Parts: sequence; C-alpha cells; structure tokens
Amino acid sequence: MSPWEVLLSALSGIGGNVTRAALTLLGVLIGVGSVILLLGVGSGATANVAEQIEGLGSNTITVSPGFSRGATRFQDLTLDAAEALQAPDAAPDIAEVVPQVSTSATVAHGTVSTSATVTGTTANYFTVTNSPVAIGTPFRDEDNAAARKVAVIGASLAEDLFDQADPVGQTITVGTTPFTVYGVLHAKDTAGGSSANSGIVIPLTRAQRSLTGYTALSSITLQAASAESIDAAAAQAELVVAESLGVTTEDATFTVTTQSQLLEASTSVGSTLSAMLAAIAAISLVVGGIGVTNIMLVTVSERTREIGIRKALGATGAAISAQFILEATLLSLAGGALGVAAALGASRFEIMGTRPVISAGSVVLAAGVSVAIGVFFGGYPAIRASLLTPVAALRHD
Amino acid sequence: MTAVIDARGLTRIYGSGESQVAALAGFDLTVEPGEFVAVMGASGSGKSTAMNILGCLDVPDDGTYLLDGKNVGRMGARQLARVRGRTIGFVFQSFNLVSRMSALRNVELPMLYAGVSRREARRRATAALDMVGLSHRATHRPSELSGGQQQRVAVARSLVNTPTLLLADEPTGNLDSASAEQVLEVLEAINRAGRTIVLITHDHDVASHAGRIAHMRDGRIVAVDTRVPAAAGAAVASGGTA
Ligand SMILES: Nc1ncnc2c1ncn2[C@@H]1O[C@H](COP(=O)(O)OP(=O)(O)OP(=O)(O)O)[C@@H](O)[C@H]1O
Ligand SMILES: [Mg+2]
Repeated sequence: MSPWEVLLSALSGIGGNVTRAALTLLGVLIGVGSVILLLGVGSGATANVAEQIEGLGSNTITVSPGFSRGATRFQDLTLDAAEALQAPDAAPDIAEVVPQVSTSATVAHGTVSTSATVTGTTANYFTVTNSPVAIGTPFRDEDNAAARKVAVIGASLAEDLFDQADPVGQTITVGTTPFTVYGVLHAKDTAGGSSANSGIVIPLTRAQRSLTGYTALSSITLQAASAESIDAAAAQAELVVAESLGVTTEDATFTVTTQSQLLEASTSVGSTLSAMLAAIAAISLVVGGIGVTNIMLVTVSERTREIGIRKALGATGAAISAQFILEATLLSLAGGALGVAAALGASRFEIMGTRPVISAGSVVLAAGVSVAIGVFFGGYPAIRASLLTPVAALRHD
Repeated sequence: MTAVIDARGLTRIYGSGESQVAALAGFDLTVEPGEFVAVMGASGSGKSTAMNILGCLDVPDDGTYLLDGKNVGRMGARQLARVRGRTIGFVFQSFNLVSRMSALRNVELPMLYAGVSRREARRRATAALDMVGLSHRATHRPSELSGGQQQRVAVARSLVNTPTLLLADEPTGNLDSASAEQVLEVLEAINRAGRTIVLITHDHDVASHAGRIAHMRDGRIVAVDTRVPAAAGAAVASGGTA
C-alpha cells in the first residue's frame, strides 16, 4: 500500500467519527495553547518588570530611609546627606544626585480637582530618572534656586485637569498654592508608570516651603558615572550617607539599592512565576496526551474487527499500524497547530495585566511534545492491534 | 498438477488444561485446481476452524499445509499477508464489509493492499460489481444494502485479485433462499470459469452445487461423496423450488 493510500485510509478513519476526532483535537489544542500562552505570560511579566526597572533611569542607585531594628532611632535622610554625596572627592563615581520629597496633595484647575502625588526635586530629576517632558519644558536649576511656583505634570493628570486643552502656561492649584504648568511628562506605558503619569513634579525648595516643610527626604536617586562604576558608587554612597548621619555603616538602617539588584530580584521572581505557569501548562498538555491515547485505544478496539477484515484482505501489520499511527499523528498535529494559532491569537490580549511574549522555543516545544505524544501513545494501541492474528481480530465485536 | 490445497494432519487446540478443546484433530484434505468442494458437518465439528487455517487467517498447532505447492507453515508475517491478499479470496457468513466505506471502496480494498494503482483498482472493482449485478449500488454503504447484496459485494471483493482459491464460510447462512440462490449462481459461474472453490454449509441444497462433499465430525473429515455430473442438475432443481 502506497503512503498516499495509507494517508487516505487514516483520513477516512478520522472522518469515521467526527465528534470524537473534534474532542481529541480540542484536548490537544487546549494543552498546547495553554503551554505556549502561560509560558508567554511568564516571560511577558518578567519582561514587564525589567522594563519598569529600566524605566527608572539608567545606572541609577536609590537611597531610601529605613527603620532601625532596635527602633532606637529613625534615621532620616537629610538634605545634608544629599549635598555630601555631591562632593567629588568623597564620591568620585557618583555623577548625579537627585534628592526627592514626596507628599500627596489636592491639585485643581478651574472646577476640576483631584488628589495627586507631588514630588519635590531638583532639575536633574528629568534626565536621571528617565522622565522626559513631552510638551513644554522641564523646570531648571534657577527655578529650584528661586523656589518658583512651577510644575511639570503627568500625562494622565494633564488629561484629567485640561482634557484636550494645552496645559502649558496654565495655572493650577496644588494644596492652596497656585503653580504655573511648565510641561507635561511623556506617558509611561508600563504598570510602574501609572503613578508617574498621574503625579506632579515641582522644585524641591518650593515643595518644602509650601507643602512638606523642611523635613526629611523621602529618597535620593543617584546616577553612577558609568555602568561599570555602579557598585563602587553604591559603596561610596553608603559611606558618605552614614557619615553625614553620624552612624557607622553597621548601624545604618537606610538602604542603598542598585538597579541590577532590583533586576535580579525581579528576574528570580519572574522565573519562579514562569516555572509555576509552565508546570500547570505541562499538566494540561499531559492531560491532552492521555486524551489522545484514550481515543486511540477506543478507536483501535472499536475497529479491531475492521483490522481483522483488512488483514484478511492482505494488509500487512506495518500497513495497519502505519494507518493508526498516522491517524493519531494527524489528530495531534492538527490540534497542536490549532493550539499554536489559538495562543498567538490570545497573545494579542492582556492576560493577568501583561501582554504574553510568545517565544519560538515554547511553540516548538509544545507542538513537538504534542506530536510526540500522538506518535507514541497512538502507536502503542496500533502496534498492539497489528500483532493480532486475523481470526482473533475478526472474532472481536 | 499441484493440488491447490494439500492439508495433512492439521490440529488446532483451543484453551489449555481442563478446558482444552481439539477443534481440529488430524484434518486431511486435498483439493485439485478447478474443483468445487463443499464441507458439511454438525455445529462445532470444526468447519470454521479448518477454513480459517486454510485461509491463512489462523495457524495450526500441528500438521502441514501446502497451498498451491508452498508450505504455509514456513511463511513469515509479510508473506502470509501477501498470500491472504493475492492467492486466497474469502467470503464470510457475516459479510465482513467495512461499514464506513461504499461498496465500491470495499471491493477496491484488497487491490490497494496488493499495490494495484487506484485507477486500475477503480476499473476492476467496477467490473467486479457489474459481474455480481450490483453496479447500480456501487456508492451505497453496506448498511444501505440487503444481506444478499452485501454478500454479493463480498464475493466481488474476494475475486478482484484473481485468487487461486476462493473460500466461503457459510456464505448463504444469513440469506433467504432467493438471495442465497443469486450468490450461489455467482459462485458457480466463477467455478465454471476455472476457479477453485471450497464452501462450508449446513444446507444439502447448497452443498449439491459442489462437485464433491466432505463430511466433518470431531475435527476431521469422515466421508467424501463424489457426485460429478449431479451439480448442474441439482442447481436447476433447487432453482425451480426457490
Ligand atoms: N476461539 C475459540 N476458543 C475456544 N474454543 C473455540 C474457539 N473457536 C472455536 N472453538 C471450539 O472449537 C470447536 C470447533 O468450532 P468451529 O467454529 O470450527 O465449529 P463449526 O464447525 O464452524 O461450527 P458452526 O457450524 O456452528 O459454525 C467448537 O467446539 C468450538 O467451541
Ligand atoms: Mg462455523
């Protein structure tokens, strides 16, 4: 029997019970589709977090205040500490220092008012934290020096307050103080960007005078001179801040975090997530495989009599097993292909807040496994059936 | 001339221990080319068992079987498949058509396994259906045909590879007398054309179509009637009563 004839008999075998074939296909489809999609969600989530961390700015280090374990004393970050970090001889690898205070305040324009996070900072904030201005201009050093009442607002806040109108040059009220809008920040489209999008950035001096008072800084963002000097810069920052706070580095409760530490932490969380999702998906793939096996067992036993007839008409064992293996392979291949298509289709939508990133590897893996399952588990009952003597097969009913 | 069937001392034992049944116990049969032999015997006497072994659908526990001069016991699985496909045509009591396939496709099947091209198979299957008077039912599935029509499809199927030997296990057992007569007429025509036929039956009328009748009891042949010219006359007589 020619391969073409074997293919035709396999197709007619599948056509013999369309409902059953469709259900098998569905099992494989769901298995393969969910493996690809869940792996995609895992890597999408990891990529998302990495993107957010990179969105914080390049080569940045964050100094945050912390609570001492003995709770003897809360070590505030002071403006003095920020100034000490700027000294080139004590901290040669630190290029930029961006002190920040932050508070929440009511922001209003005309009849519209909303609550927003207000960040008071220096003019280098925009470049160091990778927050470029889309419309208008950022404020400058002299605005900070003169404590001018000027503001750069987040993209979604601009939309809330001004709708489609141009906010540049308009006056808004923050707390009770009127501010002139200098510019609007570029919208950040990652999840981490949402607070920046709805926030407002004003000069540090003005924030202290009108909103926060001369209290502690909420954080200091540093930029290392280069990617290679990040670790050196972090070490210097720790020493300098400890010295200016009058504590030893062992007693220090503030934390110095580099971007790469954040990335590492998030990547390890991401890969744990991916592994979990992959395990769940693998289970569904196995269930799909068991489905194919079960169908092939039922199909073969239901058609044992037919196998007997075919053998009585001159079919070799090889022709019989080839037909059934091909049937199983076609079913799992079609299911696998539909699963890939379904996963690619579904990856256009957000799942659990992330756009899945489908990798070629996961497609090959899932489709390969599904076909392997089809051949292996479809082959087992087929070969068993092909070994029956014609009388044994014919007596079956 | 080599005998088509030369079986000696065939034995087939089912089961083991207490429940052992010797379905065949020293079965001997020789059939010359062109003969039409009927095998009769009580239920359980081993007729089907013998037929399955002669058709290479089953293997004997003991004895030798030469089919067309070749020792079947020495053949491998591939060779046996080839013999079943090309040397033997089988007609079963229960038709054994593939229910998912049309009459025409059923008749094509043995040719496809024998490596005949699809076009040639289609041509020969159409001719075979025509010969059994069913060309107008070629596209029907077995479930859409009467028992007699199904059996004629099965006869057509058994002949398409021009086998040396046609084996029929109670081919008329499930048919009314008119349908049985049609099937028997086809078999007789085939035999007149020179094909060797071995047929199992319970029915003396059916057996009377044969040139020789072998009687079986307890797994062996106990008597053989040779009734050379009677076959044609008996066919006319039973045709008249049907
Ligand atoms: N698969 C089997 N397992 C066990 N015993 C069997 C099997 N097939 C047949 N037998 C036994 O072998 C004996 C011969 O059976 P066989 O089918 O050859 O009889 P038969 O002459 O064809 O009968 P019938 O006229 O009823 O078809 C019987 O006693 C039967 O019970
Ligand atoms: Mg029988």
